[in-house]
Amino acid sequence: MSATDFNVGYLADLARIKLTPDEIEKFQSQLGHVLEHVERLNQVDVSNVEPMAHSFPIYNVFRKDEVGASLDREVALSNAPRQAHGLFVVTKVVE
Amino acid sequence: MDITSGTVHETRALLRSKKISPREILQALADRIAKIDPMIHGYLSYDLDRALKDAESADLTLPLGGIPIGIKDVISVQGHPCGCGSKILEGYVAPYDATVITKLRAAGAIPFGRVNMDEFAMGSSTENSAYGPSKNPWDTTRTPGGSSGGSAAIVAADEAFAALGSDTGGSIRQPAALCGCVGVKPTYGRVSRYGLVAFASSLDQIGPLTKDVEDAALLMNVISGADLCDSTSLNHPVPDFTEALKKGVRGMKLGLPKEYFIEGLDPQVEKAIRRAVNNFSELGAEVLEISLPHTEHALSTYYIIAPAEASANLARFDGVRYGFRAEGPRDLLDHYGKTREQGFGQEVKRRIILGTYVLSSGYYDAYYLRAQKVRTLIRQDFANAFEKVDAVICPTSPTPAFKLGARVDDPLSMYLADIFTLAANMAGICGVSIPCGFAEEEGKQLPIGLQILGKELDEATVLRIAYAYEQSTDWHRAKPGL
Repeated sequence: MSATDFNVGYLADLARIKLTPDEIEKFQSQLGHVLEHVERLNQVDVSNVEPMAHSFPIYNVFRKDEVGASLDREVALSNAPRQAHGLFVVTKVVE
Repeated sequence: MDITSGTVHETRALLRSKKISPREILQALADRIAKIDPMIHGYLSYDLDRALKDAESADLTLPLGGIPIGIKDVISVQGHPCGCGSKILEGYVAPYDATVITKLRAAGAIPFGRVNMDEFAMGSSTENSAYGPSKNPWDTTRTPGGSSGGSAAIVAADEAFAALGSDTGGSIRQPAALCGCVGVKPTYGRVSRYGLVAFASSLDQIGPLTKDVEDAALLMNVISGADLCDSTSLNHPVPDFTEALKKGVRGMKLGLPKEYFIEGLDPQVEKAIRRAVNNFSELGAEVLEISLPHTEHALSTYYIIAPAEASANLARFDGVRYGFRAEGPRDLLDHYGKTREQGFGQEVKRRIILGTYVLSSGYYDAYYLRAQKVRTLIRQDFANAFEKVDAVICPTSPTPAFKLGARVDDPLSMYLADIFTLAANMAGICGVSIPCGFAEEEGKQLPIGLQILGKELDEATVLRIAYAYEQSTDWHRAKPGL
């Protein structure tokens, strides 16, 4: 692995975060150092090692398919920066 | 003795014998906060009237009846702000109680206050809080640690009897060590995460910060257990953690991992840990040197896995359903970009970008998948160790509390503050930090933490070992001179 293609500007676009040119430059250098450190993982022999996503093997936790308590519409909308007619207002997507 | 300097179990005894009322306790706490918190900044807010109302109906026969508990700003309490120390959640009011809050209420406790933290629990000093850092009660020019730094600081400063925090890579244990209190990271799945705002979902756990080990056991009794609302919670019986406390450590085997005694370990910390090892020998435990060979890779593994999970979890902050929304966007992309630019602080942005990178097409195998494999090896290290020993003992933090501002511009040096705590989260095991002495810096006494790590679901053993040590020393009784 190599961090040569690490491009903060491009990644910020992917992550939907605007960054200032100063931030881009700063993060490029700071995270570059972190990635250099992370490169050490290349020294570890991981052949025949299974990846671990989770500490415990829990699979398929089911419950009965029954309607339980849930938030009222009013409560669910109560934190929305903008709402109208019982709906979230989203910035216009289509022309 | 001031009311607020008591432990939970001492205060409970006062309440039950009617020597004091829940109302008086809350008033004393509010007075203490008014006097001390301007120096500490442990609380973001609190609602005394509401707590007094809760206190009216407190059932003092319950395990935590009438006891106020400080709540880290990342845990939802219905009707209270839950801002995660972030501007992007400024003004957000939690619409429901986290399961731990439901359990605290059922045990008679009163959730009290919103407690400062690093933004979204990302950090080791509380300096990433959008509302300014908390200060270490032992030296207010130093950090209390993080991310649950506010929780540790208010407990150490007697501005709380106990508090809840969350621990993703050491965020309970490291601040507990730096402030001289007790902090428990339960086994992954022991405590429900429902209502905890997610940072790294495969690592996050809620746990208590307390003034002594008995209090930690009391709180663990209340908050542990399976929960249908968290499918990663473990369906495993919860013992009475207070029951085993007094059984001592005679005949137990404790492992001292040689990889934790590295360059960069403060000599005063090393001395305190070696002295604790002697104490354990005197108490009848056998201390053996062990090896956890992949220790040096825990940091790299963590800083791939945690940011990867965070970048996915924090995608929900879109300025539509809750939280901050930037004004005047050109279009939807601009809306997202500006909202997240203005809403998130620097460290959160850095981690989202790092996480986005390690998950992006072409790099997934090289970074994320490889890190998951090394995670398996770290877990295996502990499994091998626990075949030989009952628990592992080591330093919690390589140094005592560092100066505010000393590491903010160098993320890697900040990340190194958690070098001894990350592995437990990677492995999913449980651990506790307890006070084991003081370092002296610039004429100030700074607490040192001893970390005790146990196998999964073995909190009872870890707390028993912690209690045996604690009761043979006076470290936990020391108070900062505020």
